[in-house]
Amino acid sequence: MTRTAYAPVPTTPVDEVALEARAAELCSRSIKTTSKRAALHLAIRCMDLTTLEGVDTPGKVSSLCRKAIRPDATDPSVPSVAAVCVYPEMVAHAAATVAGTGVAVASVAGAFPSGLSDLDVRCDDIRSAVVDGADEIDIVLNRSAFLAGDLARVHDEVAASKEACGDAHLKVILEAGELGGYEPIRRASMLAMAAGADFIKTSTGKIPKAATHATALCMAEAIREFAQREGRSVGFKAAGGIRSAKQAWHYLVLMGETLGTGWLTPDRFRLGASSLLNDVLLQLAKLDHGRYGGPDYVTVD
Amino acid sequence: MADEQGFDLDYAPAPESTGIVELADEYGLYIGGEFVEARSGRTFDTISPSTEERLATVSEAGAEDVDRAVAAARTAFEDHWRDTPGTVRARYLYRIARQLQERSREFAVLETMDGGKPIRESRDVDLPLVAAHFFHHAGWADKLEYAFPNRRVAPHGVAGQVIPWNFPMLMAAWKLAPALACGNTVVLKPAETTPLTALLLAEVLNDVGLPPGVVNVVTGAGETGAALVEHPGVDKLAFTGSTEVGKRIQRSAAVRRLPLTLELGGKAANVVFEDAALDQAVEGVVQGIWFNQGHVCCAGSRLLVQESIAGDFVERLHARMARLRVGDPLDKNTDVGAINSAEHLARITALVESGVEEGAVLHQSACDLPDRGFWFAPTVFTEVQQSHRIAREEVFGPVLAVQTFRTPEEAVEKANNTPYGLSAGIWTEKGSKVHWMAERLRAGVVWANTFNRFDPASPFGGYKESGFGREGGLTGLGAYVRDAGGVSR
Repeated sequence: MTRTAYAPVPTTPVDEVALEARAAELCSRSIKTTSKRAALHLAIRCMDLTTLEGVDTPGKVSSLCRKAIRPDATDPSVPSVAAVCVYPEMVAHAAATVAGTGVAVASVAGAFPSGLSDLDVRCDDIRSAVVDGADEIDIVLNRSAFLAGDLARVHDEVAASKEACGDAHLKVILEAGELGGYEPIRRASMLAMAAGADFIKTSTGKIPKAATHATALCMAEAIREFAQREGRSVGFKAAGGIRSAKQAWHYLVLMGETLGTGWLTPDRFRLGASSLLNDVLLQLAKLDHGRYGGPDYVTVD
Repeated sequence: MADEQGFDLDYAPAPESTGIVELADEYGLYIGGEFVEARSGRTFDTISPSTEERLATVSEAGAEDVDRAVAAARTAFEDHWRDTPGTVRARYLYRIARQLQERSREFAVLETMDGGKPIRESRDVDLPLVAAHFFHHAGWADKLEYAFPNRRVAPHGVAGQVIPWNFPMLMAAWKLAPALACGNTVVLKPAETTPLTALLLAEVLNDVGLPPGVVNVVTGAGETGAALVEHPGVDKLAFTGSTEVGKRIQRSAAVRRLPLTLELGGKAANVVFEDAALDQAVEGVVQGIWFNQGHVCCAGSRLLVQESIAGDFVERLHARMARLRVGDPLDKNTDVGAINSAEHLARITALVESGVEEGAVLHQSACDLPDRGFWFAPTVFTEVQQSHRIAREEVFGPVLAVQTFRTPEEAVEKANNTPYGLSAGIWTEKGSKVHWMAERLRAGVVWANTFNRFDPASPFGGYKESGFGREGGLTGLGAYVRDAGGVSR
């Protein structure tokens, strides 16, 4: 893919009150019985099971990978997650563990979570993660340049990162909670997509203002407009603060009703989370047995 | 149906249980604090518009019954209610509000069963607003001297109130709360297709110990309404409904010089400028026309979109319309419910046919409509001209007429070019344009970057054939007092 040149990106205005009202309306959808089971399975298939801690070790990552491949040892019908998401240092180890299972390896890179180091350093970080076996790269948008108004720089850095990814998929984290409102989120979404992002992602999970359904709706509306204008379907990843199965299925509702069922696949939708998987498993068990088992009935990995 | 393999938008049924509602087989009139049989001896059935099943049989009040109800209201007014201190009236209103909150789900389910509106709306919009109206007016009851400074006010006496079928409980709240707060007694006539929640409300009034006769409910159709409106014992009239009936009521009230408020039809324009937040404007248009199946007097039934974005905007609107979930109103995921009655469905159908005949282009969402019940698919007309009936007449259904404009001046001209003037919507991110438009739109309510939002503190009412007088806010409260004369305190 050739690097795209920066051109000012038109941004459709966003009204905060109406956006939040629509998101709340979508989150009042009542997902029951067969729909709930299908949603829980899909949530697992779209999950980036994540560990991004300074204390991560090969042992911890192994354990996570095992869980990613087979989330519920007692029920083989429960699918594998989409990917494990780790720091670059852990990529080679994760790749070796999941090899041949269909579970992908995603790596944060590019001076995650601030994104504030020299662009060459960030691109090297990306390339090295890809060489180690990362299938997907999650970088952060340069919020410093964005807030300073240097949109061309933001664009060109994303384009350079995309180039550094080679065949790996690029997810661009907007860190929406730091952009100062929905309209900047929409502008950043359009910018990242125009620069070549394969996915746009809400948050790093490293700041208190995590993903919200309204933020997701705002980004989904940008994706819809971009697809209509440019003919390219960009994926969406929600991350940060997603802990309950109910939150997860409302993301599915929101994506489906905003973008269509074409986005209800791991190719275009991801949920980045660490503790969500266990709640989804407990909800599945509840559908089967009528009881919510509690934390000792799922594995803590 | 979603299966093990895939999650899609065909959600599994999520019906709200009707077990919470205990329906009686027959309902009498609520007069003097008791449910009594109609002396007319006549009854009528009320059905569910989504299944056409009979829900209950209801008494039809004749002239003699209305006479009894007015007499009960008169007695209560003169014996005690007009002298009941504001603090005590407030206490009753607070009790009613709290009871309605506690029994909110029951009321919401019954409202949906009898009227056909989606449970999502009766649960999330109608009932919360109903409670809010009682709470708001409870607060005024003991503060009338602050509400009307330098005046000495008194209640009118017996208020005759006739309400429509589109928001049965909400309209009852809009009418009852200010009347009681100001010290009036009431005879309320609910619509013939939706009498049940008003009768359940009567139970609540008894439960909270509201003295007998302060509120009376007479059920029936047009004849009952006429008997109430014409009754010589009524001191104040309030009507929400069609412009045609409103005009008849005004003639009758004019002869008797009765204070009157009328909240009638509408043909509101939602004006979308090219600099609007387009995706939210689409939601606003959806909310404007498909909320409550378009059975909304202030519905945004005309979309005026700036020509420069018309193609893009209508495309977004079509995509959104295709996702509306039409069907069982008791399903928690239903967006658009049943049309209120066979009679009204026939009216909508006829107007839509006229739109096609006159050359407008019809777009309907491809939804499967249930076999039984009264249904109409969400509909958009493009290529609508100002002269088309669908651009002039109130459809009171899920039918939107799309027109374009070039400049703000043209938008104002087209928006105002209607016999109605109840509401209007403006969609632009430019504040100065909002103000410029709002000053020029002849509509009682102008929403900016939102639509169909209500608040008990905000006066609601119309211009021209949409009626006069306001409900809600201080202005609405003012309709239920008269100057008492004497020395101001």
